[in-house]
Amino acid sequence: MELSQIAHILEARFLACERLKSEEITKAGASDLLSDVLAADAENALLLTGIQTIQMVKTCNIAGIGAVILIRGKVPDHDVIELAEEEGLPLLSTGLSMFIACGRLYQQGIQGLKHAR
Amino acid sequence: MASLSRTFRIQKRDFTNAGNASISVKKLLKSLNLSACVIRKVSICGYEGEMNVVMHAATDGILAFELTEKKIFLTVSDEGPGIEDIETAMQKGYSTASDEFREMGFGAGMGLHNIRENADSLHIDSTLGAGTVIRMEFNPGG
Repeated sequence: MELSQIAHILEARFLACERLKSEEITKAGASDLLSDVLAADAENALLLTGIQTIQMVKTCNIAGIGAVILIRGKVPDHDVIELAEEEGLPLLSTGLSMFIACGRLYQQGIQGLKHAR
Repeated sequence: MASLSRTFRIQKRDFTNAGNASISVKKLLKSLNLSACVIRKVSICGYEGEMNVVMHAATDGILAFELTEKKIFLTVSDEGPGIEDIETAMQKGYSTASDEFREMGFGAGMGLHNIRENADSLHIDSTLGAGTVIRMEFNPGG
């Protein structure tokens, strides 16, 4: 599914790298623990998280995360958005809760990590 | 292929720059056209090691990277406080990170465990009061 369609499903807006809205996303994971993100095979996956620090962007770079959805309307500081833009990491914000955001994506066919259903 | 090495300084408690050394290593590995799997393993180990220094070390630390024809060597070192019980620290979920770091998303107790899962060879030397040296090796072919 294209990232732009995920944005539509989650009523999310792009904060960084909107130019990558045509990127394909097939799997997603949700976590607020950065080491869990690194422990999972999350290459090219969508990450749903409430963590909006600069370390979140760096962790996503190291883990090869494809795009990030910040939940509950979170908008990080400007330097975090700027780093995501520089690193080519699409960053989006949705007003939905983690539970509802995950549920909507699952319902629309997005798989878990390792393509679990 | 000649040997290639880089050394990066890691500043304790500097969360603004934390991770930059490992991101530089990742960029370097990408430019060398190594496999995605090797890049991932080395980057994760470097990053977890680097974050450990930022969160726990009493002094600044060093991340050293070396690529030879047959191996990638990654070494993360600091000069204290040292790990009291390495086996316990390696356990999934064990962490001594403060609440401050947990709020940033760290301190899940997965750092050393992640390193053990990703490094092809791992050796940790730690002495209380003297410091910790984590030596990791990887096979550049996979």
